[in-house]
Order: sequence, then structure tokens, then C-alpha cells
Amino acid sequence: MREVAVIGTGVTQFGELWDHSFRQVGIQAGLEAVYDANLSGSEIDAMYIGNMSSGRFIDQHHIGALIADYSGMASHNVPSTRIEAAGASGSLAFRQGVMAVASGMHDVVVVGGAEKMTDVSDDASNFILNSAADQQWESMMGATFASLHAMIAKRYIHEGYATREQIAQVAVKSHLHGALNPKAQFQRQIKLETVLRSPMVAEPLTMFDCSPISDGAAAVVLCPLDKAHEYTDKPVKVLGTGQASDTLALYQRPDICSFGATKVASRMAYDIAGVGPEDIDLVEVHDDYTISELLALEDMGFFPRGEAGRAVESGETEIGGRLPVNTSGGLKARGNPIGATGVAQIVELVTQLRGDADKRQVKGAKTGMAQSIGGTGSTAVITIMGVA
Amino acid sequence: MDVGIVSYGAYVPRYRITPMEIGRVWGQDGKAMSKGLYINSKSVPSPDEDVVTISAQAARGMMRRVQVDPADIGALYVGSESHPYAVKPTGTIVAEAIEASPELCVADLEFACKAGTAGMQMVMGMVGSGMIRYGVAIGADTSQGAPGDALEYSASAGGAAFLIGREDIIARFNGTLSYTTDTPDFWRREGQPYPSHGGRFTGEPAYFKHVGEAARRMMERMGTSPGDYNHIVLHQPNGKFPQRMASMLGFSDEQVSRGLLTPMVGNTYSGAVPLGLAAVLDVAKPGDRILAVAYGSGAGSDAFDITVTDAIKGFDRGAAPTIDAMMENTRELDYATYAKYRGKILMKG
Repeated sequence: MREVAVIGTGVTQFGELWDHSFRQVGIQAGLEAVYDANLSGSEIDAMYIGNMSSGRFIDQHHIGALIADYSGMASHNVPSTRIEAAGASGSLAFRQGVMAVASGMHDVVVVGGAEKMTDVSDDASNFILNSAADQQWESMMGATFASLHAMIAKRYIHEGYATREQIAQVAVKSHLHGALNPKAQFQRQIKLETVLRSPMVAEPLTMFDCSPISDGAAAVVLCPLDKAHEYTDKPVKVLGTGQASDTLALYQRPDICSFGATKVASRMAYDIAGVGPEDIDLVEVHDDYTISELLALEDMGFFPRGEAGRAVESGETEIGGRLPVNTSGGLKARGNPIGATGVAQIVELVTQLRGDADKRQVKGAKTGMAQSIGGTGSTAVITIMGVA
Repeated sequence: MDVGIVSYGAYVPRYRITPMEIGRVWGQDGKAMSKGLYINSKSVPSPDEDVVTISAQAARGMMRRVQVDPADIGALYVGSESHPYAVKPTGTIVAEAIEASPELCVADLEFACKAGTAGMQMVMGMVGSGMIRYGVAIGADTSQGAPGDALEYSASAGGAAFLIGREDIIARFNGTLSYTTDTPDFWRREGQPYPSHGGRFTGEPAYFKHVGEAARRMMERMGTSPGDYNHIVLHQPNGKFPQRMASMLGFSDEQVSRGLLTPMVGNTYSGAVPLGLAAVLDVAKPGDRILAVAYGSGAGSDAFDITVTDAIKGFDRGAAPTIDAMMENTRELDYATYAKYRGKILMKG
């Protein structure tokens, strides 16, 4: 297997992009990544696009072809594949791209992720998101993503793993970081009180515990590590990836205060990378809800169970702390255009490892890790990256 | 010859409900809603009030303040998005109520919250061309907000009527213009009891874009700047939007405050700018200059540059209730009574 590097990144503004279509955001991120990598279109061998539900959000399927066409790649007949794994669509597209380059099948691969969610009503958007849970035994019975995560949070608090305030503190920290990211949907700091007092969504989770509905796209360009210096002075190396599945429905799990798939995928990635949790300088995790971040930090091995909440509360996960988490603002503050989210995490790691993160730069960052989740922990994708 | 306002009258129902009371019923933080929207209470029409009675009441007040023969009124337009009938004009009833029938042109207008000011522009054209001597434009609503929806905190009732002519005008129209695009931020289809809205989409690309553009273009056309005006009256779906818009345009809180009624009465929709303008005229002095900008979803804005004349000194304001009087004579409702008054309780048969 060949070693793989990221040689270019692009990301759009995340938010309510009412004056941009799906194809516009997709192309914008893709072109930015291609320019960043100093590529010409004829050098691109393949494209992988992460997207959860363009069929229901904008009535458009077959977006592999759409993006190939509108990016000008159709004229080169470049193969383009759409990848779907709910919230993990983007990170899984990235992993497919890495595998394509590592295997020697392709040399230069563009990985994109995009979602356009604000063309439908808020209610419709929730129904679409619910389709990532078990439609037959969860969604159809009235469970929503927020209510499933609320059950996790209630159990987590009941077990004494964290307090309600510690869970809410995750959102405060995400907004603190989002305020430093000019591409973030929310660039304003908030207080703990704001989270606790905002409208109830599903007890104990309030509006500020939930990631928003967003439009946006992100893209990266991959190539074999040994060719990376032809394109950039600052390639970032993919040290290892992991992927694991778990039951689709949350109720099938013996323990809902941990996502087994995150643990397995993390172990896989650590083994390949030859590193452990103690070697990681910064992390991007899938905080679709605040509670998810605490589960992630424990399942990835950064804190023993019941310690993540305290760590967030004490500021250990802030920029400047022992382990900065979601320096981009995370899904909560940067925004969560589902298909783009996993790729945007990679963009953040690369930006940090290149030392280009400006005000939110983690000083001396050498190794970063991303965790992405589809459903309630049904798919987990882990990526570990390092300075090449 | 100058075209202007000869008289005006206003009406706001006396009943009020607070965001705290609405929030109490729906399990929401009414206090936070009140602060977020800058609405302390909203008006509620009683069961025997609708756009016809509100318009008639406002028009009667308007007529009481001047000695104009109603037979000289050649047109009457009522702008509203809550006309009681889908087919059958509000305007004919109002015209009869002020004895302006039968020789006049009447039509009901709809352009979300700006149909009242659209009526003013139409009457201005007819009066200015000499087609009619006087015309009446009314903006009034008993607006709808679905139970539990964010709109329920603001949707209220009220209206104002303006007699427009060329003689004895108390305020002169220096100019008017409209800024209109197809922007679907808020709508209600035929037969639907409550409107739908695009949430935050009703803000930046809708309200702020259209009101801001109309105001800027009006000032550009008139060669004026914010400092030239004593008052600015903006459409006020909540208390915050007009304050923010005014500040973005370079106006001070003092210039906004007199024409800002939404904190006390909620969003009176088609009645909003007409009522705000009435509140300003209640205290205006000769030479006062007013910039008024209405907004209707869908979307468009009508801007008016107005100067108060010397005739305001002899104008008999006291012949009809002022806006201030209507703000004082109020009665607060609980949600149950409000629900009954607004027909939100499903009755037998």
C-alpha cells in the first residue's frame, strides 16, 4: 500500500446559503481545493463525493455525475462516485479516496462533501435526518435524532458520567472556537446560561445542544505521498484510517453511553498509524449533539469513562488546553451540512497541521485525529493525520 | 399642485395579551420571547371586530377631524391580508359607513403587510392627476398566527385611514417609490387559516433588503440624508427589526421611537406603517420631515418622503382618539379568553 497525502483543501462558508445552489457550493469548494493543490483538471483521476440526502433535500440524485459535469471533469470522463453513510458520508468518501490512492488504482483524487439543507422546511429537514436512524423500529415510532441523543444524555447523567452543565459546556466551547473560524456558521461566543435556557428540544437537550441545519461544501485533493512535493511544500500525511459498523437502531445496544463503532474504528486507525491517544495534538469529533462529543472523547481513548465532561468543564479541550477539540467550532458552531461535515473535519486537520489556522492555531500541532459518525453510532469513521 | 394628507384616523383594539401569557401556555420562555422580539404586549380584536370594523372606526375618526363632504371622496382602498370575505369587498362597507357612496371607486387590496401603503400610492396618483378630489387609503389587519407558532407572539390587530387630497393638506408627499422583487418569505394560500413563513429567511433577504433598498433609493432621489428627517416610520413585524434597520440606515433611536408601536401593540401587518405614521402625525409640528417605509412579504417596500405643513396647527386632532389614548385604554386577556376571541376553540357544529 502506498502512503497518501492531502495536497489541497477547500471549504465554503457554512450557514444558510440561500443564494447558493447545491452545485454552486460543491463547485466552489472543489475548485478551491484544486487551486490550492496547483492542479490542472487533466491530472485528476477520480472523484468521491460525500452526500447524505440530496434526493430528498433538493430532489436530485446522481450527484456524482452532476459534480463531475459542473466541475468540468465530465469532459475528461473522470469517474465520480457518490458515497452515503448518513452523517459519516463525507469522512467515508475521504476514506474511499485514500484507499483508491493507497491501492495504486488512482494517483490524484478529489474528495468532496456537500449538502444543501435549507431548501426544505425545518420539519421536513428533521424527517430527512431521521431516515439515518432505523426507519422501521425508531423513526416511524416517533423517535427523532434529538430524542435518541436525549436518551443517551439522560442515561449518561443518570450513571453519573457527567452533569447537565458539563454536557452544555461542550456547546460553549464549540462557540468559543467557532468565533475564531471565519467560515463557521456561528461566530459568536455564548454563555453556559444561554445553552441551559434556550428552548427545550428533547429533555435534557436544548436548542444549543444541537448542531444546526446548514448548507455548505468542503473538498480535499489526495495523491501518493511520494508525489506530494510536486504540488505543495506542506503536504499532510494520512497516517491511518478506520471504519466500523454497529447496530442501526440504538435500542439494540447493551450500553448506550458509548459507541462501540468509534472504539473499534479508533483502534484500527491507531494500529495502522502506529500512534496512541497520547500522541494526538488535536481532535475533530462528531458533535451533532453536545453529548456525542463526550462519548467520542471517551471512546477514542482520550479520557476514561466519566472523565470527558470534567475535562471539557476545566478547559482542557479548549485551544491552548491539553487536547484541543473541534478547533473549527465543530458541527455545533462551524455548522453541519451533513455530507460536507466529514470532509470539513479533514480540512480543519490539514489547516492546523500546515500551521495555517490563524487565530485558532494549535501551536506545534504534529498529529490530528477526526471522528465522524453516521446515525447514532451505527457507522464510525476515524482518520489520523500527521505533518509529512 | 401638492398632494398630501388632509386627515387621518386610527384604531387599535383595546384588548392585549403578553408574550409571558402565551409562553406560559406553550411551555416557552415568554420573557425571552418578549425580549428577543421587543414586544411587551400585542393587541387582540374582540369577537365582533374585524378588518371592516377596524377600517370603519379609523375612517370615521379621520372624517371627524375635518370638514370634508364625504360625497367628494372619489376612491377608497382597503389594504389587508385578513379581509373577512374572500369574495365581497371590505371597502364597500367602509364607504357606506362614512357616507361616501355611491359615486366612488372602491377596491380591496392585498400585498401582505404593505397593501395599505399601496392604496396610498394609488390614491396619490388619482388625486394628483385630477381624476378625483379626495381619496381614502386604509391599511388594517386582524393578522393570523398559528397557535404555538412564533408568529403568535406578534400577530395582532389595528389599522389607520388616510384622507388624501390637494386642499388644506396637513402633510405633503414630497415623493414616493417602491422596490419590488419576487421573494417568497411569507405566504398563505387560499383556504389556509394560518400563514407559512421561511423563518430567518424573512430577515436579511426579505425585510432588510427591501426596506433598506427602498429607504436608500428614496433618500437618493430626494437628495436627503438621515439627519434631514425628524421621524422614520418603518414596517415593524417586531420591535427589533425596525430599530436595527434604522440604525443600519444611519437613523437614531430618537428618530424611530415615535413611530414604533409594535412593542405595545404587536405586528398589525397592513396597519403597521399607517398606525406608526398616525402616531407621528399626532405630535408632528409644521416643517417636520418624515421618512416612512412599508414592507410586504413576497416582497416589496413602499417609501414615502413627507413634510408636515403649517395647516397641522389648525387641525382638530382632538376630534378623534389619538394613538396615545388607545395605548392607555387597554385590558389584558388570559390565553383562554384570547383563544375564545380569536376563534381558536373548536365549537360544536
